[in-house]
Amino acid sequence: MDVLYFAWVRERIGLPRETVETGATTVSELVAELRAREDRYAAAFADLSALRVAVDQELTDFDAPLAGAREVAFFPPMTGG
Amino acid sequence: MRIAVQEADFDIGAEVAAFAHGRRDMGAIVTFTGVVRDLATGDLTAMEIEHYPGMTEKAIAGIAAKAAERWSLGDVLVIHRHGRLAPGDRIMMVATAAPHRKDAFEAAEYLMDYLKSRAPFWKKELSAAGADWVVAKDEDEDALDRW
Repeated sequence: MDVLYFAWVRERIGLPRETVETGATTVSELVAELRAREDRYAAAFADLSALRVAVDQELTDFDAPLAGAREVAFFPPMTGG
Repeated sequence: MRIAVQEADFDIGAEVAAFAHGRRDMGAIVTFTGVVRDLATGDLTAMEIEHYPGMTEKAIAGIAAKAAERWSLGDVLVIHRHGRLAPGDRIMMVATAAPHRKDAFEAAEYLMDYLKSRAPFWKKELSAAGADWVVAKDEDEDALDRW
């Protein structure tokens, strides 16, 4: 599964995307796996209320299932316009 | 409907002329242009806009499709830039064409409100003091409630 990071999440983790081998069935489980990896991940995912998530390029929430998902993206609230 | 996510600048006059060209049934064309604004302190040197290629275009198309369901619209144009911009540079524009101005104005406001917090763009402000990600405002989220 491809995991993408944007804005300060990308800066904190130190890379824009990576391929992750995971058995996670929900976004929350994936976050728990990533958090456990290294401090930089734990720091990026410290406060989920400051983060948004998209699964296969659709905004969703942290309870969302990952069955069949190809791409998960984590980023702060958007500031377009 | 035309959606463009691009690094290059755009010519407002040419875009509006092309958008309006040949329409005999649209009584109203509304346009909005967003410009990089300097900080309160006046020392903004640049703004960097990051986006999520692929999702950005889909998210904007989804927002425009919702607007077209809700108002009587002839057409919608959204151009949004990314990359490094300077104060005074154009960031984005929205244009709506409708038989009546109320639809054109309301749909343009709706598009702007949703582009602000539902299209995957992130702004970073660079100044003498350093670089800071622009923080989403509660009022931007609240603005969606009126729709």
